[in-house]
Amino acid sequence: MPKPLIALLATVLVAFGVSYYSDHIDPYYLDVLTDIGINIILAVSLNLVNGYTGQFSLGHAGFMSVGAYTSAAITVLAGPRLLGEDGGTALQQGLLFLVALLAGGLGAALAGLAVGIPSLRLKGDYLALVTLGFGEIIRVIFQNVDALGGALGLNGIPNYTTIFWVYTFAALTVFTVVCLVRSTYGRGFIATQDDEIASEAVGLNTTRYKIVAFVVGAFFAGTAGGLYGHFKLTITPSGFDFTKSIEIVVMVILGGMGNTPGVILAAILLTVLPEALRAVDQYRMIIYSVLLVVLMLVRPRGLFNFDYAAIFTRLKRRLVPAAGGR
Amino acid sequence: MTEFTQQLLNGLSLGAIYALIALGYTMVYGVLRFINFAHSDVFMVGAFIGYFVGEHLPHGTVLGGMVSLMAAMVGCAVLGIVIEKLVYRPLRGCPTLNVLITAIGMSLFLEYGGQLVFGATPRAFPQIFPAKTFAVHGLIISMNQLIVIIVATVLMIGLQFAVYGTKIGTAMRAVSLNPKAAQLVGVNIDVVISFTFGLGSALAAAGGVLYALNYPSIDPLMGVVPGLKAFVAAVLGGIGNIPGAALGALILGMVETFVDGSRFSTYKDAIAFAILIGILLFRPAGLLGRFTTEKV
Repeated sequence: MPKPLIALLATVLVAFGVSYYSDHIDPYYLDVLTDIGINIILAVSLNLVNGYTGQFSLGHAGFMSVGAYTSAAITVLAGPRLLGEDGGTALQQGLLFLVALLAGGLGAALAGLAVGIPSLRLKGDYLALVTLGFGEIIRVIFQNVDALGGALGLNGIPNYTTIFWVYTFAALTVFTVVCLVRSTYGRGFIATQDDEIASEAVGLNTTRYKIVAFVVGAFFAGTAGGLYGHFKLTITPSGFDFTKSIEIVVMVILGGMGNTPGVILAAILLTVLPEALRAVDQYRMIIYSVLLVVLMLVRPRGLFNFDYAAIFTRLKRRLVPAAGGR
Repeated sequence: MTEFTQQLLNGLSLGAIYALIALGYTMVYGVLRFINFAHSDVFMVGAFIGYFVGEHLPHGTVLGGMVSLMAAMVGCAVLGIVIEKLVYRPLRGCPTLNVLITAIGMSLFLEYGGQLVFGATPRAFPQIFPAKTFAVHGLIISMNQLIVIIVATVLMIGLQFAVYGTKIGTAMRAVSLNPKAAQLVGVNIDVVISFTFGLGSALAAAGGVLYALNYPSIDPLMGVVPGLKAFVAAVLGGIGNIPGAALGALILGMVETFVDGSRFSTYKDAIAFAILIGILLFRPAGLLGRFTTEKV
């Protein structure tokens, strides 16, 4: 069995185990773990667009909000009718949640397609602002839809998100992105990032690659939104603003664009650090902004951009002398 | 009919403010080929300088208003030059993406640094110019609107003169056309870029003070939305094209005012982005821009 598949199954199994014994774990740690998982999905999926394909999207929170609202609409509005008075069995609830999450992802993917087709024909400069503008449009639309709570937001979302769901989708995201980029087809993403003109010259349809990256990224952002909504139990349009997008962008840049392990590390770090440093929370955005500028000046390939394979081999050699073959 | 003319006038004064900001975007894009995200925050700093200077001057006088306006423009010109020198200059020649990220970082730094220094709560901007309203044939023109239109017109004529009538302006156009060739014929590219940033930031500061006069509540995040809209205006007119930016800004100001007056007023903030997406789809070079293919 290929390694990524083993890793995927192992993560899902561990997540199921943790979920099963979640009653014995401090709820605070569970919350932080859930946050970390959701941020991993967001950062890794954005990395496909911003890192591997070299396009700069600032609208990831917009796609997240589409997913959050779509899935919450399903569980809140259609859920009671489908599950009946008693709320249904755990299996029925799980099935409904899965459908809602996938619908959220699909809704976000459709939105990604709608934004991507006009804007991705152009060079990266405009894209950042178009995606930012799209995020604003989405927010204005949600604020005006009364069925979804308008500016006050949607309340009473059932508490379906568990460690199992979060980490299953996080593992799926990492699995998909890694396999996609390593595949023969996926080399086109990296080629698009390296040199768009040269890629076109050798016959790659770079616009198509950009749109595929955008749609796949949006899909996972949508599922992350669904998980987020069923974790926080209430969502407002202003919760998915520009700041949220920037937070995800900082994770990708800190981790190193086009470097999945680094981005995962950055997502974990940037979720845990604010928890640990609650006292200086008001400085968070200033620290982020200085980080962006300094990183670009000093270490533009990201903070965690190491050669992970080499580190792993060295570690293995030190821990298991025989495996090194020396 | 009166209502239509009134709206036209309101649109004109809003468009004039957008134009002042859009000119900075377009000039920097012209010489450096990148979008200066921090520009909208220079606009905010301009409004705050106008606020602090205006507080200490007698309110409601033309002279006091002019001094606050000038102070904001000079302060922001210095700020723009410093930002360019410290942050953008070391990155010159780096991939576009790195410069873009740095610009976003700089923008966030000014916004959230501003929240720390000035506080996040909105402040009421003083009436630094005389408050009067004129009624002409049923039209109501406020003194503020009049000042916006006059100041913006004067500044734009001044800019036209600076770009087309002075030596540094000629150098600026040369750099915008071809930086390498401009250097070969002896243009000091660093001076030109500093000058461009200074000029653009001074215009943004003027825009900030004038905006604050008409919408007298200022806070550190006030630049984000007008900044984005001014950028849309610059793209609409054709980015890198100075008359285009002014034209795009006037169109956007009018459209927005008319949408605001209609029953779709809650969608006012979304209309600019709808225009942006439309223009990128059908005429990516903008109204006055020329489409060029990239050469390798």
